[in-house]
Formats: sequence, structure tokens, C-alpha cells
Amino acid sequence: MPDKKQDLIDEKLQDLNNDGVDRRGFLKCMAWAGTGLVWSMSGGIPVSRAFAKGMEKGAHKGADFTFVQISDSHIGFNKPANPDVTATLQTAINKINAMPHTPDFIIHTGDLSQLSKPSEFDTLDQALKGASAKQIYFVPGEHDMLSDNGEQFLQRYGKGTKGTGWYSFDHKGVHFVGLVNVANLKAGGMGSLGHEQLEWLEDDLEGRSASTPIVLFAHIPLWTIYPDWGWGTDDSEQALSYVKRFGSVTVLNGHIHQIMQKVEGKVSFHTAMSTAFPQPAPGTAPSAGPMKVPADQLQRVLGITDVNYLVSGRSLAVVDSPLADSGSSASLSESTLRRG
Amino acid sequence: MTTAKVWFTSIAASVVVAMLFVASPRVTANEQPSAAAEVKIDNFSFGPQTITVPVGATVTWTNHDDIPHTIVSTDGVFKSKVRDTDEKFSYTFTKAGTYSYFCSVHPKMTGTVVVQ
Repeated sequence: MPDKKQDLIDEKLQDLNNDGVDRRGFLKCMAWAGTGLVWSMSGGIPVSRAFAKGMEKGAHKGADFTFVQISDSHIGFNKPANPDVTATLQTAINKINAMPHTPDFIIHTGDLSQLSKPSEFDTLDQALKGASAKQIYFVPGEHDMLSDNGEQFLQRYGKGTKGTGWYSFDHKGVHFVGLVNVANLKAGGMGSLGHEQLEWLEDDLEGRSASTPIVLFAHIPLWTIYPDWGWGTDDSEQALSYVKRFGSVTVLNGHIHQIMQKVEGKVSFHTAMSTAFPQPAPGTAPSAGPMKVPADQLQRVLGITDVNYLVSGRSLAVVDSPLADSGSSASLSESTLRRG
Repeated sequence: MTTAKVWFTSIAASVVVAMLFVASPRVTANEQPSAAAEVKIDNFSFGPQTITVPVGATVTWTNHDDIPHTIVSTDGVFKSKVRDTDEKFSYTFTKAGTYSYFCSVHPKMTGTVVVQ
């Protein structure tokens, strides 16, 4: 069965590549989505491939690579929505470790802790020690800034970063930028990058070839999802204007504890599930915050994100998997995909 | 009128008079200054969002959310430590004025204390 499915997918792929993409064709492809389907953006054109195809360990040494995004572990949270967030974090780590390929690194997009307590950071560090990927990159969430403006976060995870913790690095031809949009928040506002960080970002990107794939990661979404709940970044437009000229831009965020996706030109935006607790969809509850689901559902609404860089298309493919594999992907089929 | 009717009418009249007393214009609970005032934090909002207190009053915020919040004056007048579920923060207002504040963790949450 998987082979037949794969043939059909490849057939569809040909059509898509030859005729360009129309929305119906793309959505038809999405209907095939399962936890094993990879969708990727290549210069704004979606391309689907079966997961793990060509991703065998060491198959494309130095070319294709994968990394994992986890988010919102909220270590220290212990309310009804999830009385044991350390256990669900461990499940997420086990899932990473069970992957056929060891990811090159892990990115944690913030809210590591619930209350910025040292014990909470310690517990997180201890758990991550058992991950197959040893290199972990962090950006803080607002919950990590609760004691003296994130001083502790910087001490633990901010080596080599600037300002409130921003930085960039290159990995096998892809340029990664970690941004901090949870510091110095203004009354009535949403997330904020600030003038200093924006200037740094402009400098950081200057002179890079437009064919360099860019990955931006930050805690609060860098596009406006739901302003009433603060789900957006006030000055992200300026940041996005700096990446406009690049051929492939992927934005990875957390904060909202659910998957949301948007494609705008050559920029694809993606928010990850939390490993701790889900939050309601915009406007479906009196406010944001921990959402209680039946105990047997919890692991279906928590998850990790596997990102595959495919050198053939200079594209990044983003696959969300819930902690509990239910056979069909709750993530891709339920995600909100909007084309800008 | 029969006795019953007289009786009923006078009761009704009393009720009406009593209701008039209760309904008569007075300073409402919102406007009535009090020396100790409470603000509840629920569903990512401060309630009441605007509270009026007399000079010297103490306002106490209590967090009823499953998520921690802070209470921070926009003018640097007061700043709470992070308040988790059921934790409180109090501030005594010794000077008249209008004090805007917000939650520094969730800045869309805003409130005002009017001290007069």
C-alpha cells in the first residue's frame, strides 16, 4: 500500500512541477497527508514527498539534513491541563530519539520554564541530556524572562548572543537566526523585537546571497495571528522586509501551543505544538491559556516538528508529529494554511 | 375595599416604597471609594479593569488564572513579582492620580487605578 501511495504521490508531483500549483491541486496533495508526508516550500511552490525518502542515515552526507523544533515545555507547570509536563517532554525526546535519522540539532522556541525558576531550567537540561541530538539552540519565551528580565536565561543559554539573546549561525549552507521578541514588552502591545535587534538583523543579512535559505526562529509568532490575545509581533514587518529578497525563508515560532501555518510569497510561517499543554484556537475561548482536554487526547495535541532541508530544492520541509501517533496526522490536516 | 384588598394594597404599597428607596440614586458600588479594593485576574484580564479608590487605599490583585501574571505600572510606580495561581499583590496608593498598569508577561492585559 505505501508503495502505491508513493507512486501516486510522485505522479501528482510531476503534475504540480509541470503545471505550476493551483490551490485545488495543493489541497488534494494535503489530503494525502499523514504523519509520513513531508510538504516543503521551494521558492513559494509547495512540493510533497514521502517522509524519510532519501533521508536514510548518512545517505546525503553534507547535503540534506534535518533538525527538530520543540517548543513551550513549560517545566514547572502542574495544573489540570497537564500535571506532569516533564513526562510529556520526555515522551517528545523519546520520539526524537526513535527517528530513523539523528537530527543535526534541536531548536527550542521558548517557554522552556513556567516561572523562570532555576530548578525548572535544571530539570529541562537534565531531560535534554538524553536527546540523540547534542546541539540545542534556544530562544526565550516570556515565561523565561520572569526573574530579572531574563538574566538567568542569558547566563544559561545566552553564550555568544547579543542584547536580550539574539544570534545567528550557519549550518550546511542554511542561515539560521534566533530572535527574541519577549523582552521589554509595552502595555497594550504584542511581541516586540526592538530597534537594536532590528538593526542587528539588517546588518546580519546584508551581503548574503539571495539563494541562501534563511530560517528565522522566535517565540511569539512573527505574523499576526490574533491580536486580541497578543498572538503577533508589533514590529515584525520590518524584520520580514529584510528577508524579502531571499529565495527561501522559513519562520519557526511557538507560543500559541498549536500548529498554524501561512505562506506568503517565498516565506513560510509555522508555529509548533507545545510539549506541555494545548491552547484554544483563536477566539474559541474567553482567553488564551492552558486548555484541558480528555486525558487520552493529551498526547495527540502535543508534539514536535521535524524539519528536513532538501538540497535539491534548497527547501525546508516541515513535518509535525503529535506525541501519540494516531495513524493519521492530526497536525497537517487540521492546520490552518493560508496563502498570502 | 374588602379587608383582604386593603391588606394586599398596603403590602404592595410598602413594597413599592421599599423598592423606591433601594432604587433611589446613590453612589453605586463602582463609584463608591473604599479603603481596601480587590482586583481579580481571570481569563487574562483585570476585573474590574478600572477601579476607583480614595487616597491611602490598598488595592489587592489576586491571580485566578492557571498562568502566572504580573502587575506593573506603566510609569514605574509599582511592580509585582510574578504571581502564580492564587498568589496576591498589594499596593497602597498614597497619592491621588490615575495609574495605568499592565501585565508585563501578557501586555495586552491592561488596567487602571484611579485614586481620588
